[in-house]
Amino acid sequence: MTGGAPNSGGATTDTYAKARTWLLMPAWLVLLVLSLTPVALMLVYSFLTKEFRGGVIWDFSLAAYDQFFFDRGLFGDEPARIEWTYIGIFWRSIWQAGAATVLSLLIGFPTAYFIATRPEKARPIWVFLVTIPYWVNLLIRTVSMKFLLRDQGPLNDFLMFTGLIDSPIHIINTNFAVQLGLFYSYLPFMVLPIYAAVERYNFTLSEAAADLYASKWVTLRRILLPAVKPGVVAGCILVFVPSLGSFLAPDLLGGAKNFMIGSLIEEQFKGNAGNWPFGAAASMILLTLVLIILIMFTRQQAKSNKAGG
Amino acid sequence: MVPEEQSIAIDVRDAVKRYDDFTALKKLSLSIMDNEFFTLLGPSGCGKTTLLRMIAGFENVTEGEIFLFGEEIKNLPPYQRPVNTVFQNYALFPHMTVLDNVAFGLEMRGSSKSEARKGAGEMLELVQLTQFANRKPSQLSGGQQQRVALARALAPRPKVLLLDEPLSALDLKLRKAMQLELKHLQRETGITFIFVTHDQEEALTMSDRIAVMSDGELQQLGAAKDIYERPRNMFVADFIGETNLLEVSVDKIANGRAVCHLGGGHELTCNSVEGIGVGSKVHMSVRPERLFISATPVENESLKGRVKENIFIGTDISTLINLVDGPEFIVRTSNSDRGNKRIFEPGNEVFVNMEMGAARLLID
Repeated sequence: MTGGAPNSGGATTDTYAKARTWLLMPAWLVLLVLSLTPVALMLVYSFLTKEFRGGVIWDFSLAAYDQFFFDRGLFGDEPARIEWTYIGIFWRSIWQAGAATVLSLLIGFPTAYFIATRPEKARPIWVFLVTIPYWVNLLIRTVSMKFLLRDQGPLNDFLMFTGLIDSPIHIINTNFAVQLGLFYSYLPFMVLPIYAAVERYNFTLSEAAADLYASKWVTLRRILLPAVKPGVVAGCILVFVPSLGSFLAPDLLGGAKNFMIGSLIEEQFKGNAGNWPFGAAASMILLTLVLIILIMFTRQQAKSNKAGG
Repeated sequence: MVPEEQSIAIDVRDAVKRYDDFTALKKLSLSIMDNEFFTLLGPSGCGKTTLLRMIAGFENVTEGEIFLFGEEIKNLPPYQRPVNTVFQNYALFPHMTVLDNVAFGLEMRGSSKSEARKGAGEMLELVQLTQFANRKPSQLSGGQQQRVALARALAPRPKVLLLDEPLSALDLKLRKAMQLELKHLQRETGITFIFVTHDQEEALTMSDRIAVMSDGELQQLGAAKDIYERPRNMFVADFIGETNLLEVSVDKIANGRAVCHLGGGHELTCNSVEGIGVGSKVHMSVRPERLFISATPVENESLKGRVKENIFIGTDISTLINLVDGPEFIVRTSNSDRGNKRIFEPGNEVFVNMEMGAARLLID
């Protein structure tokens, strides 16, 4: 009898393992079909030759990457020089997305803190209020923003009415307008993770810090921020990454000279003028960039955790 | 008056704490002496933690004043009050090492990082945690975390240390050990300790003086022995220790003694208390260990009854006795007396006796 027990136990474990494999299938399928396949497709396309009316010719080519980084082509007769146009667009995109992230953090953190410190019953209402604007389509919101920021728009009217300015300040079609647009597009992605972290925070720790002669500012910097750091990091990633690839805000609010990666890529796939391999290559470069930034982030995170222990 | 003033560490005068629809503290006044182990004792919701938090500065004072060594502190923020707190759940900073936790207060008071660490190291030595200095709080046991919290609060040498039920999360054995350790630490450091607890035994073990609170009011203030032996009112008698609490009516008062009778026609003499007159129906309290059982009446005040049950509780035996037509009494007999004293079995007819002065009348 006793000899039989382990065997039947093993059989059960096997059954569970099998069941687990099958039950996990949908998750794997979704990941494979919706996530890995498109990336793989993009990777393949970026190494093909462009067809002039859009689409691709199935011939292996490095032309797309060549065009991205070098002015006359790396394999031409004349020596190639680095092409700064696209790298410049990338650089501006990083800068714009970074600025939008900082802006979101500056506004989002106090907002999240405010919500998390309301009475428990009131918190869902505040969270709900934060999400309300996002029921409206992003395009419509961005277009309305354009009207708000115009030289003769409500914002300038208001500032002139209050006497703060004498003539309209030019906001639309500037970098700042794009940053504002990105900030407005993704603010809840900053607020919500930070809110979740602050809500879990044990406020007795702040009392303990105050009890040990720490001012409010020191308590914020040395006790609260380290405790809610995962929420802040998540918020920053969730704002930075989509901002980086965004094209609506830069197109509508930034005008032609404030072009970002998203617009560049979008253009390659739109209409007959496009260049699919080039768009795919730019996407791959963007993807690699984001991956590198994320890996650096997590590495640094793990390091600081380890250093403490 | 002046020299008296100097030895008072904390002086609470007519302190009131009101929330929207609830008064947590009703005009409470008490003085806590320098270098004293003082305990605020009471059931949950009695206002003891509120008072402690008002002294720490986490709650503002609705009315009244709080003085710290003669200086009014009620308008100072917590970080400007030279008092430190040991929190109920320790509230150790999870992202800092044990050493950095303890050094935090010193650093905030202006010590350099190395000075603060040196001071923190000495403090850890005092609580015997030197070898854990570089661990994170989560890597320590509850008792160790408790000691870190203590070291952290003591490190900046506060004028008064506030302890908010710091032992409630520990198991019994560890709690007993920590009680003694706390008492020793208090003597060694000479810092005034204000200890909040709902555990009367803990309060009796550690305190120089105890303030018994209930419903936002001070019920009795005195030395541990005083409060145990001479409870002022029903609440205190009932809350502190085990007691026989019985309703009696007062027949006669003379020479500080009150002759009373209780149900079933039994008569006994209690210590009279000011404010209780002849004819009043009040409660009296007598501690079970102040009673003894005999087979025949010892004095004329022996109360006749029958043994209902014996309960063995280690050091003592607790005997329940039903008085003839009267109420029930609990009598405690020390196990060490077993040689001399007879243990009566359930059903035996016995007499309950008490020394003169063991029974006290209580105001409600």
